[in-house]
Amino acid sequence: MKKVKIRYRENSNGTSSIRLNYFHGYEIVKGKKKAKRSIKTLPFHLVTNPVTKEDIKQNESYKKEAHKIAESWEKSLLPSESFLKDNSFTKNTMFKLDSKIPEGPVTQKWTNHKGKINLVSPANKRLIDIIVVGTGLAGASASATLAELGYNVKTFCFQDSPRRAHSIAAQGGINAAKNYQGDGDSTYRLFYDTIKGGDYRSREANVHRLAEVSTNIIDQCVAQGVPFARDYGGLLDNRSFGGVLVSRTFYAKGQTGQQLLLGAYSAMNRQIGRGKIKMYNRHEMMDIVLVDGKARGIIARNLVDGKIERHGAHAVVIASGGYGNVFFLSTNAMGSNVSAGWKIHKKGAYFANPCFTQIHPTCIPVSGDHQSKLTLMSESLRNDGRIWVPKNIEDSKAIREGRLKPTEILEENRDYYLERRYPAFGNLVPRDVASRAAKERCDAGFGVNKTGEAVYLDFASSIIRYGKEQAHVKGLDENDSVLVKKLGQDVVRAKYGNLFQMYEKIVDQNPYETPMMIYPAVHYTMGGVWVDYNLMTSIPGCYAIGEANFSDHGANRLGASALMQGLADGYFVLPYTIGDYLSDDIRTGPIDTELPEFEKAESTVKAQLEAFISNNGTQSVDYYHRKLGKIMWDKCGMSRNEKGLKDAIIEIKELREDFYKNVNVPGRTDEFNEQLAKAGRVADFLELGELFAKDALERSESCGGHFREESQTPEGEALRDDENFTFVSAWEFKGAPSKAKLHKEELKYEEIEVKTRSYK
Amino acid sequence: MNLTLKVWRQANKSAKGKIETYQIKEISPDMSFLEMMDVLNEQLMLEQIDPIAFDHDCREGICGMCSMFINGEAHGPDRLVTTCQLHMRKFKDGDTITIEPFRAKAFPVIKDLTVDRSSFDRVQQAGGFVSVNTSGNTQDANAIPIDKHDADKAFDAATCIGCGACVATCKNASAMLFVSAKVSQYALLPQGKVEATDRVLNMVKQMDEEGFGNCTNTGACEVECPKGISLENIARMNREYLFASLKG
Repeated sequence: MKKVKIRYRENSNGTSSIRLNYFHGYEIVKGKKKAKRSIKTLPFHLVTNPVTKEDIKQNESYKKEAHKIAESWEKSLLPSESFLKDNSFTKNTMFKLDSKIPEGPVTQKWTNHKGKINLVSPANKRLIDIIVVGTGLAGASASATLAELGYNVKTFCFQDSPRRAHSIAAQGGINAAKNYQGDGDSTYRLFYDTIKGGDYRSREANVHRLAEVSTNIIDQCVAQGVPFARDYGGLLDNRSFGGVLVSRTFYAKGQTGQQLLLGAYSAMNRQIGRGKIKMYNRHEMMDIVLVDGKARGIIARNLVDGKIERHGAHAVVIASGGYGNVFFLSTNAMGSNVSAGWKIHKKGAYFANPCFTQIHPTCIPVSGDHQSKLTLMSESLRNDGRIWVPKNIEDSKAIREGRLKPTEILEENRDYYLERRYPAFGNLVPRDVASRAAKERCDAGFGVNKTGEAVYLDFASSIIRYGKEQAHVKGLDENDSVLVKKLGQDVVRAKYGNLFQMYEKIVDQNPYETPMMIYPAVHYTMGGVWVDYNLMTSIPGCYAIGEANFSDHGANRLGASALMQGLADGYFVLPYTIGDYLSDDIRTGPIDTELPEFEKAESTVKAQLEAFISNNGTQSVDYYHRKLGKIMWDKCGMSRNEKGLKDAIIEIKELREDFYKNVNVPGRTDEFNEQLAKAGRVADFLELGELFAKDALERSESCGGHFREESQTPEGEALRDDENFTFVSAWEFKGAPSKAKLHKEELKYEEIEVKTRSYK
Repeated sequence: MNLTLKVWRQANKSAKGKIETYQIKEISPDMSFLEMMDVLNEQLMLEQIDPIAFDHDCREGICGMCSMFINGEAHGPDRLVTTCQLHMRKFKDGDTITIEPFRAKAFPVIKDLTVDRSSFDRVQQAGGFVSVNTSGNTQDANAIPIDKHDADKAFDAATCIGCGACVATCKNASAMLFVSAKVSQYALLPQGKVEATDRVLNMVKQMDEEGFGNCTNTGACEVECPKGISLENIARMNREYLFASLKG
């Protein structure tokens, strides 16, 4: 039986409006039985008594349109989980997991591969269209290079300009094996550090390629006019980062990401000006369209007017970043989302290692329930800051209640727990280790802010050390404590001034006088869409680059490597490897967006949007997002156990069902509607979250950022299980996250000997 | 704290807008301004009122997306911060706060506090780049030594986040600070010298075509700029423009 009925109502001005009635059933109101209906009036009118041919024709077309809308509304009102089923899910039975790593020694693989892959001639590139989704470092650099090679590129971003992508917020720097400092750096050392930092869960061949092209990135960016920091001789300066023994990090103060992104943005602008890139700002990818199993386009929504658009192409590149926002609170931007990656996952792309998340140790702690996002304080601060909590739990209590100040606690009553537990690396242990140690102290009751979830990052001793040094250099009195403090503060200001200012604005405390409070927060996701050596996903013609793919970072990423990977993929890897696939497409001709595959994808997208709007719920989208975030943080966060993960899977599923029943999305689909856009993103997080927990449950070892309580050494350190888990978990969608099928890509280490990471 | 908010509401580009007044209670001084707006929107949705549309993304002062004109000042009363870094402790209990979009002919309103700043992108597309191929076949990075002072100045100019506060603040809605920041960055670096003439002419031409006003050196843009971009850049651009015009 049809639940949605079409009714016409005559108006006084000779037109009739069209109304759709949806009958929900009966309800009892004040003791009387009443029909419960939702009514929707369509924005076009019929001519009541049509005479002319045009009027009759128009009426017919309006009626047809009304039927279509009624049908899609009807569909959308089916029970929630139907979105997960058949209509969006394509079986990808043909695909066999193959990483396509080239033959030969690891140092020769990329060179050999480049020499052998197929190319597309310049004349034919003009006949080929490529869609790029996302304009961060990976998306912007790929768009620019592909356009420069001669392809027709269409690039999409949901922000108001490609320059806003969240790569812009990266602070510290970008690694490259230039060895400008002559301190023993080499391609091999960068390769080795990255594999080891990733706790031996990344693909050797990819990481080596990354190390090889890293030097090109710096040359490229300098040629573009990126203003890196320089020394007085006019040459490029370097700094050092965690987990390595050389200075290979190039930087532009605390705004390296901004400068690199603006460089890539300028390269894009040049191509937009030449007409080789067509830029779609404020557009969101809603789904991918497959024709004969190949990626042939996307359905996009114009966020300004709500129009649903079809875009055809010969290949689709996903560069939409990571999914840290599944935790609600993270250092990601408010709009960062998993939707592009998740949509392609549901159409056949495998999702790899979803549980590998980086939790960054030095972020500004949560200040209250209103918190909307977290702010990172750069890793570089750990060079000079010492991390501690009070030794006595009573002192922590007194601090929390405001009875005691941190500066009043004597040196011997402080517990510099990183220096105590890891004497060799001290405050500079890798991110995963530092984060877990902070959590351990706070869980034990030593936390130092109102919520008990913060530790101190103290610059007092560095200020004195630098101050004495300066006094000595300047020939001043080293014992004048006021002078020494002032001189020391100047040194710290020159190094970290912008970070200190940011801290002061947010927390309203002066970090030069009192220690900073910090706590770990979700920062980066190493997991992502599974790709082969060519960066192609398991859908032919669909690629994933940058943080969106499962990448080169294994189970833990080293600092200053994300920028390197984004630009390497976009500038130097994808533009080569994509030609290999597209060389078969030179005779295909333009993709017809009138194909039934586009039609079907579009109607599914429209139905979901309509469903959100017509849902008579009571809770906001953020209500669900916060709830999901809490489950994720409590049960899939810094430490995970079997029971918690099993509970999380059930809770997320229940939350998702409740979301579809009770979410309230105001407004209409055909207007600028931020809540509607957010609803779609949260819907995808609610599915990803479940797969995340399932993946974490399956991997019962601890490695890198993934800490399973069941798998630890007697001292509480992460314990890897190489025998059983030296593989990439690649999940295939089978209709629902709970039904996802695990495929294992075995990791083989030919160049590097697999060892235990120790920082003691 | 309890506040009275007067907010610009405008359904779309062509609709007529007006100021609506809302009351909001129990705002923590630790909240950021945008978190206060989140609370207001939750409240509006409960009252079945369409939430207020405003642009925001990174919420750490670097993406340049947030753009509110608060009590007559771009990004509000605090200095060297964007709206997202402005905190409620800068206001007092009982205050009335007026919130408007960044207004300029070249920034048409999309909805409520959201404006269209694509004119900035088009100015950049006219010449805000160095025409170097992105193939990686460039000379070694250290083959181009650059005076540290110039490099630092170029960096300072390059930290512009493209938020448009300069335009919104300027009584003429001039984009000179924004355009000059990009022109300066390249003018100070050897990489940018090759195309210097075309760049400044094309960017200024595009700026004029977009409908930005003229500069009358009031300096308001520098005061309100969240990144402290200096007026010196405008002087440098004028110099570049003059040279380029003479050169033809």
